[in-house]
Amino acid sequence: MRRFSTYGSPLPGLPREPFRGRLIVIEGSDGSGRTTEVNLLKEWLEIQGHPVIDTGLRRSTLVAEKIDLAKQGHTLGATTMALFYAVDFADQLENKIVPALAAGSTVLADRYIYTLMARAIVRGASREWAQKLYGFALRPDLVVLLDAKTDILLHRAIGKYGSLDYWESGMDLSISPDRFDSFYRYQERIHAEFDWMVDAYGFHRVDANRTASQVHADVRRIVQTVYKDTSADAGARASRTVFTARAPKAESA
Amino acid sequence: MGAPERRSTVHGQPGRLLVFEGLDGSGKSTQARLISKWLGARGYRVFFTEWNSSELVSETIRRGKKKGLLTPTTFSLLHATDFADRFERHILPPLRAGYIVICDRYVFTAFVRDAARGCDPAWVRNMYSFAPTPDKTFYFRVPVSISLQRKIASRQKISYYEAGMDLGLSQDLIESYERFQSRLKREYERMASRDKFTVIAADRPVETVHAELRREIRPLLEGFPTDALLTHEVDVAAV
Repeated sequence: MRRFSTYGSPLPGLPREPFRGRLIVIEGSDGSGRTTEVNLLKEWLEIQGHPVIDTGLRRSTLVAEKIDLAKQGHTLGATTMALFYAVDFADQLENKIVPALAAGSTVLADRYIYTLMARAIVRGASREWAQKLYGFALRPDLVVLLDAKTDILLHRAIGKYGSLDYWESGMDLSISPDRFDSFYRYQERIHAEFDWMVDAYGFHRVDANRTASQVHADVRRIVQTVYKDTSADAGARASRTVFTARAPKAESA
Repeated sequence: MGAPERRSTVHGQPGRLLVFEGLDGSGKSTQARLISKWLGARGYRVFFTEWNSSELVSETIRRGKKKGLLTPTTFSLLHATDFADRFERHILPPLRAGYIVICDRYVFTAFVRDAARGCDPAWVRNMYSFAPTPDKTFYFRVPVSISLQRKIASRQKISYYEAGMDLGLSQDLIESYERFQSRLKREYERMASRDKFTVIAADRPVETVHAELRREIRPLLEGFPTDALLTHEVDVAAV
């Protein structure tokens, strides 16, 4: 049993009582196999007997539709968009994630604040601003980063949609009028942001340049640790790198 | 038309940013409008903006209220989103273009309201840190009793959130309004020196207050260019 704790700022109205649930986050760019992995993991956790609530971005009752509308119009500025996403996140955190954790469920988040921070920073926000903005977010028990090369992301995006999405290509940034070129450079920038977060937030980096079942096997091994010592939760959640796709970093376990 | 003076502003933009803050019924909106008229008549390029929610946000707030979804955090974030939209669309462009931007309420309104609702002040300030420091922030100081009197006299309906009813301070709308405004006033007073407010004793006649505002604003406009295209019209500037 642990108590709710946020990254920094207090969250008004957060329950003081200890809770049993687990918050597991799967992060990664579009095409990293994130959604496939979330589905596999959910299935597996439920078979293990853990109740699972899944959540993701742009699913709040409060503003999800409005964000969709705003995206279609391409009329909102970068700061406005970043804050709008924060409303969506906060609404889900308070009205969905916290109650589910308090009730003892595992919350499986298909992306969390990290994607939102990366997008905001790439669009001109400072890291400090983004980190403080999301200071009210709960610290997850575990964050898995599915790390895939941009080439792989590109192939998967084309394979799935037949084209490259405007936003996932960062076309709003005017990096390049050529969508392929823009996609590459945008994804590299997003990747650079995930990169520093690996240490700052203790991500478990998993090589996502492989098949779904290979990735899933690794993710299972990592996720298992969260359920092991239910009695002795305190500490011992050091970050481990399972496989490093890019420049490997020497990390102490 | 020469390039507007840059170095004398705190925000580094060629325009000027004048902010009017205070409780409801403190007279700040009346004065903000009168000052805009005055400056416009003197040939300055003026842009006036209010703390009005965009349709995007007001509709969301209405919906959230109906479903009981809003919390201090989402309420605060929604207002920040709304302000950011207004800022990116309506405040920054004229400021960069060398206008005098007059804001009837600015980030300080969010600071006091969010603090009164229990949000972490440091978190709120960070959120709004994209908004530049004004050249001048006029804080219209009035006793809460005057704010309430004027509100009632104007026969405007006091809204649920204006009265801070979401805080559960009182079941009675008027009483809740009074208590909530007292909290806001406390927060304003606390910020006054930190944020270098120019405090205006606003429980005086409109004309008296207005004269004082003009005196405060004149020095900010030394060497500030008027729009030559506008000045040739009527010479009401000789005031």
